[in-house]
Amino acid sequence: MNEFSPRQAKFIHDHRRHHHMVTFFRFTIFFLFLAVWEVSTRLHLIDAFIFSSPSRIVQTFIEMSKDGSLLRHTGVTLYETLLSFSLVILVSFLTATILWFSNTISEILEPCLVILNSLPKSALAPLMIVWLGANTRTIIVAGMSVAVFGSIISMYTAFRETDAEKVKLIYTLGGNRLQVLRCVVFPSSVPAIISILKVNIGLCLVGVIIGEFLAAREGLGYLIIYASQIFKLNYLITALIILCIIAFCLYQAIQKLEHHIHKTRKF
Amino acid sequence: MKPLLEVSHVSYSYHTLAGETPALSDITFTVDSGEFLAIVGPSGCGKSTLLSLLSGLLTPEQGTIHINNSPISTHQTNIGYMLQKDHLFEWRTVYRNVILGLEIQNRKTEENLAHVEQMLRDYGLSAFKNARPSELSGGMRQRAALIRTLALDPSLLLLDEPFSALDYQTRLNVCDDVYQIIKKEKKTAILVTHDLSEAISMADRIFILSKRPATIQKTVSVHFDPSELLPMKRRHAREFKEYFNEIWKELNQNE
Repeated sequence: MNEFSPRQAKFIHDHRRHHHMVTFFRFTIFFLFLAVWEVSTRLHLIDAFIFSSPSRIVQTFIEMSKDGSLLRHTGVTLYETLLSFSLVILVSFLTATILWFSNTISEILEPCLVILNSLPKSALAPLMIVWLGANTRTIIVAGMSVAVFGSIISMYTAFRETDAEKVKLIYTLGGNRLQVLRCVVFPSSVPAIISILKVNIGLCLVGVIIGEFLAAREGLGYLIIYASQIFKLNYLITALIILCIIAFCLYQAIQKLEHHIHKTRKF
Repeated sequence: MKPLLEVSHVSYSYHTLAGETPALSDITFTVDSGEFLAIVGPSGCGKSTLLSLLSGLLTPEQGTIHINNSPISTHQTNIGYMLQKDHLFEWRTVYRNVILGLEIQNRKTEENLAHVEQMLRDYGLSAFKNARPSELSGGMRQRAALIRTLALDPSLLLLDEPFSALDYQTRLNVCDDVYQIIKKEKKTAILVTHDLSEAISMADRIFILSKRPATIQKTVSVHFDPSELLPMKRRHAREFKEYFNEIWKELNQNE
């Protein structure tokens, strides 16, 4: 290893200390919050029936793990989210490609996309139940509907923003429009596509939960609605915490993917 | 001998809803094989339009362009075009950038790839074959871009201010490099530039274009003694200043 100059060593030391301090306070605040919550329910400062408590949540968690319902609900939500996410990416990639190919088509469809994108998608959910039935299909379509229009617009914009000179280069090398797409437009849109993935994984989760509120027998969204109706707040808050964990993990997965792509492409 | 390139009575206008902007009007000239032609003119006079027409990216509204006696069509392959920036793709290695044209035209034959290898060796890039473009210096990037163009073995090379993105010092060196490469590969070249000294230091013949719509205002034949003087050396030659003054005057009459 290289010898550092004293000033470099001090810089690294300070940097680490700052990093440790941030981590320390994050954990402290988290545990302090749990402690205050637990203690105030024990002392009956707040009602544990309504606010639940960390110990009750842990208990619920263990109970639900034992009878397998936790795994089932989480698995269903995760499966529906990932499926609708994949479909969103597939559909918006294909649509954006078609729009890029034909200016006429994109001009014709622009108002439709803008309207569909700004429409509150939860308003569509009851319609979907009528059309598709109260089943997994509806939930996946609900998940897609939240994300897909915005995703198409962002991806098409990313394709359009390809450096015109780079496009010209392909033409000067004798390429056609398909080769422009393959050699310039797709590779130069990779960073934009990754940020679209990041936004949409969250949106799909939102859509799936909305769908499960209305049309499910399984899944975390169903669990939340069910728990609120029978006043089992322990279940509700457990479901919320699992949702937090899922959202975090999905985001991290894409972050990892981004990191990996950056490393292989070296920029 | 028949000239390599024949441009006759070419005119071109740009159309927008706000109106028509004539860019070129009645341009006629020929270029012989092996010649180095430079085109200078005030900025925005339609120099780049002319190159786009020559490369087949645009079709002339009037007039004809023939290369080797056949009319120029879109998507043809025997014309190389070097743009202002090198546009090497960061997501490809230097080697895969250089063979981009061959890849696009599906001409990755053993012979063509061997030619690329040879050029990479000759022009000092073989050690950087697997590097990323960002690891190259400005001069090396420009050489890589030139090899990418030459890999397709074009009979005519179009250079659209290829040094304008470089800093001054690099620019002078790259100018020498590119000149030598073009001469060594025995290419016919047309250089578009607004830098008079660059035109004089590289070209055999210089066209001065008028303001938009551009016409060929004057043609200056450039002779140095000895004739194979490199661009950097030409800048120090006695004749350089005379040519410079002649063209400078001509350009300023424009105003």
